[in-house]
Amino acid sequence: MTKLEYLKESPSQTAGPYVHIGCTPNFIGNTGVFTEDLGARMVNAHTKGQRIKVSGHVFDGTGTPLKDAMLEIWQADSEGLFNSPSETRGKADPDFTGWGRQPANLETGEFCFETVKPGPVPFPDGRMQAPHINFWIVARGINIGLNTRMYFPEEEAANEADPVLGRIEHRVRVPTLISKRDGDTYTFDIHIQGENETVFFDI
Amino acid sequence: MLGSLDHDLVLNYAQPGESAMGERIIVHGHVLDEEARPVPNALVEVWQANAGGRYRHKKDGYLAPLDPNFGGCGRVITDENGYYAFRTVRPGPYPWPNGVNDWRPSHIHFSLFGSGFAQRLITQMYFEGDPHIPLCPIVNTINDPAAIEMLVAKLDMKHTVPMDARAYRFDIVLRGRRSTLFENRMEGN
Repeated sequence: MTKLEYLKESPSQTAGPYVHIGCTPNFIGNTGVFTEDLGARMVNAHTKGQRIKVSGHVFDGTGTPLKDAMLEIWQADSEGLFNSPSETRGKADPDFTGWGRQPANLETGEFCFETVKPGPVPFPDGRMQAPHINFWIVARGINIGLNTRMYFPEEEAANEADPVLGRIEHRVRVPTLISKRDGDTYTFDIHIQGENETVFFDI
Repeated sequence: MLGSLDHDLVLNYAQPGESAMGERIIVHGHVLDEEARPVPNALVEVWQANAGGRYRHKKDGYLAPLDPNFGGCGRVITDENGYYAFRTVRPGPYPWPNGVNDWRPSHIHFSLFGSGFAQRLITQMYFEGDPHIPLCPIVNTINDPAAIEMLVAKLDMKHTVPMDARAYRFDIVLRGRRSTLFENRMEGN
């Protein structure tokens, strides 16, 4: 019989409360080792597209904001192209990194990304996905990185047709992935557990 | 993108002519995917307490002193064979407010970026022979002894630098490079 020699993925362990030391050292005042925290800036003066701010809190099951969470986002540029070597549909905006990393505020737990609104991206089967931002969240007390997506409330028709949102069996939980808009600021609160638990994806 | 001392925690926070206090070690290994293929160009970020078990973080109030020559962060990118290495000091164990007397084993935090978010991993590395490993509630969130063993670095005398630093070997396995929700390629990979 054929034996399949696959390795097992290394297990994940919590980021712990001191994740900043390694991932955003300048944010906590540990300066002089890395010139800049990776992912701190996604846009510059030449970036194309609609500038937006994405902020929110990560809440635990009791509704308390996590003050030691770290979040990363990954998204397409304003034309729907990824700044990645595996992008085959065109060349993404060179003035947009497409990847950001921000720690939650140590006192309030609020996070904030300055980015652009992404364009739509096709799903592997050819259907269009609604504009969205991929999130990865780690914090003390969470053993793995959590993956989710933020969608835009003004994209009702696109959200309705989105193949990933369409796969969520519990329709009542779909709104946990839709941000709230106030001008160019979008609020995306993430609930790790509890009544309003955000939908997380196993990718 | 990386600075010349980013992978040398013994020197990257130290005053000129000085170095971090503690047991000098080299941590090295291969980053592979589930099909045992090397993962080149993976970003490996590490952070840790100093030799006394104290973190350079405003929220850490442990009694052990800070080392003025140790920051506790480093990073390295895997080469074309998926290999990485960095130099540091062995971190000390420390108590934490969980049970009445819980201590973390000596450990180094790892954050890895392969290709795409499906290969994103955050984990911790432990040291072979540390009696705190089986006592640790965080280690024991993993309910498979073989999986715990994957996080325990082995003393590797072959890569020791004589009269300088001992070596620990720590290989890491990321997920396979399969298509994910986030990837826009129409073809498989």
